Amino acid sequence: MNAALQMGAVVAVVSATLLIGVFGLRVSRTTSDFYVASRTVSPLWNASAIGGEYLSAASFLGIAGLILAYGADMLWLPVGWTGGYLVLLVLISAPLRRSGAYTLPDFAEARLESMVVRRAAGVLVVLIGWLYLMPQFQSAGLVLRTVTGAPVWAGSLLVAFVVVVNVLSGGMRSITFVQAFQYWLKLTALAAPVIFLLIAWRRDGAPGLTAQDLSTWAMPLAGDRDYDIYSTYSLILATFLGTMGLPHVLVRFYTNPDGRAARRTTLVVLALLGSFYLLPAIYGALGRIYATDLLAEGRSDAVVLTLPGRLLGGTLGELLTALVTAGAFAAFLSTCSGLTVSVAGVIGQDLLQGGVRSFRVAAVLAVLMPLGLALAARALPVADVVGLAFAVAASSFCPLLVLGIWWRRLTDAGAMAGLVSGGGLASLAVIATIVGGPHDGLLGALLAQPAAWSVPIAFVVMIVVSLLTPHRVPSGVARIMVRLHTPENLDVDRGDWRPRRT
Amino acid sequence: MKADRPRRVVVTSPRTSAARPPRYPATREIDEQTGLGEVYMRSLVRAQLRLALFVCTVLGCVVLGLPLIFVLLPGFSQVAVLGVPLPWVVLAGLIYPAFVGGAVLYVRQAERNEARFAELLERE
Repeated sequence: MNAALQMGAVVAVVSATLLIGVFGLRVSRTTSDFYVASRTVSPLWNASAIGGEYLSAASFLGIAGLILAYGADMLWLPVGWTGGYLVLLVLISAPLRRSGAYTLPDFAEARLESMVVRRAAGVLVVLIGWLYLMPQFQSAGLVLRTVTGAPVWAGSLLVAFVVVVNVLSGGMRSITFVQAFQYWLKLTALAAPVIFLLIAWRRDGAPGLTAQDLSTWAMPLAGDRDYDIYSTYSLILATFLGTMGLPHVLVRFYTNPDGRAARRTTLVVLALLGSFYLLPAIYGALGRIYATDLLAEGRSDAVVLTLPGRLLGGTLGELLTALVTAGAFAAFLSTCSGLTVSVAGVIGQDLLQGGVRSFRVAAVLAVLMPLGLALAARALPVADVVGLAFAVAASSFCPLLVLGIWWRRLTDAGAMAGLVSGGGLASLAVIATIVGGPHDGLLGALLAQPAAWSVPIAFVVMIVVSLLTPHRVPSGVARIMVRLHTPENLDVDRGDWRPRRT
Repeated sequence: MKADRPRRVVVTSPRTSAARPPRYPATREIDEQTGLGEVYMRSLVRAQLRLALFVCTVLGCVVLGLPLIFVLLPGFSQVAVLGVPLPWVVLAGLIYPAFVGGAVLYVRQAERNEARFAELLERE
């Protein structure tokens, strides 16, 4: 591959990101600007920003890689990552915006009037954020090595550095612009090559899959993986319910002016994600025809980067590879920036004393830890690890949000018990899988996809403990219900809770 | 019997001069958390929850039903549309516009529920 051209693509994305970040600095002055862009962001901008932030390396590279490796069963991954927004839309979008909470710990505090639950939520945000950041850094290393031959740590370090600089300089408003730009870049970078790839495939006589692949790889639940029905259902549960619990998604809702706008933004997000996720399956299928050697080398995550060079070759192939590389870096930078802002927000507010200075220290801390993990831990497929982060979110924040918004009898004790049992068990399964795995047999399947058992446990524990502690129902619950559910145009008393200003 | 004959009705004058009870806005019932205010709030929350659960149930039947179909009806997976197996047509294509369609219907109905609630409060 032409390393200079690929390097040029990386440099272009990095400098564009930094430039927009610096431009954003000039418009973000006060602390409130810095955090939430003063809520002046329109729904399309906001939805593009959510899409840009959400589409990580797992979506851009990982899904195609897993489809190449495992076939039809992996189609559920993008379906769940999109459908999760439908669940989020109907269950929590408007009430969450109306709660006025800026972070998940804010919501826990506002709804349950408990600092203990707030701190537990903070710990989980940091945990999920790190779990999500680690594979992003790892795959940044993989991509830079694939296209330029640089050592693996170089890509991870580059992404970490740019993210820190960007988060430190711009704050939220510039992040919104950066993210929105990144969504459209990622869509273009994945969609444009597909057109050329399909033309090249037709010219090549449109070769099909082997008969063997047609009867197993292309068929759902027909592969040789053990417990594939359990894994599929667990994956569906984790992705559909985990989306609402991702820390970097919730922050975006606060930038909507009201609950109605939050719903409409989510609707646009669904359309944007749906368009994007039509593409990885095409890469996966073409990869199964042309690039099965990646599978043997254990580099299936590189299929999106490899196909343009292999099918088209020449200058066009080089240019499209450069475009895809640019898209991949956009994916690393946008997701990592969003996660860093959220994790740093929690560390800055809850562990340090708050304020912009704390936020800056926290941003560095938020990146260093997962960077260290990325360099130390063994590399797993990026989409698998991100899937685990979804499982933890689904087993902790999903019950907290759903019960908190719709069920008056939720108590702080119940919420705490649910967060500890659901989030704790899912986290243990994740650690067992990453550190000690892969495990075999039923236990391996249960640990690799914990959602099917950990989500029900979290819900049941939260409900049962709440029912056992009826005297602990927060005194202001009626007022909070008014706040969560009444449209903003009505003049009612919504209580005076505000998220803690920094 | 002459069915089309209009019935006799008593015509009286409205008592426009009588003192009306002081206007007591329904939002105040909610603010003061009276029993009536609670009834208003519960009606809104129930309507929105019913709608949300309805969407989730339909969604659950579709996404949890599809793997069952794949397992129980192997013939379904064998069908090909323009050379593409049906599971791919559904999971890598049709399901996305279906999500967006469902979301549009939900948003419309949720906003209608809110408008109805606002109307109820303002009419009182």
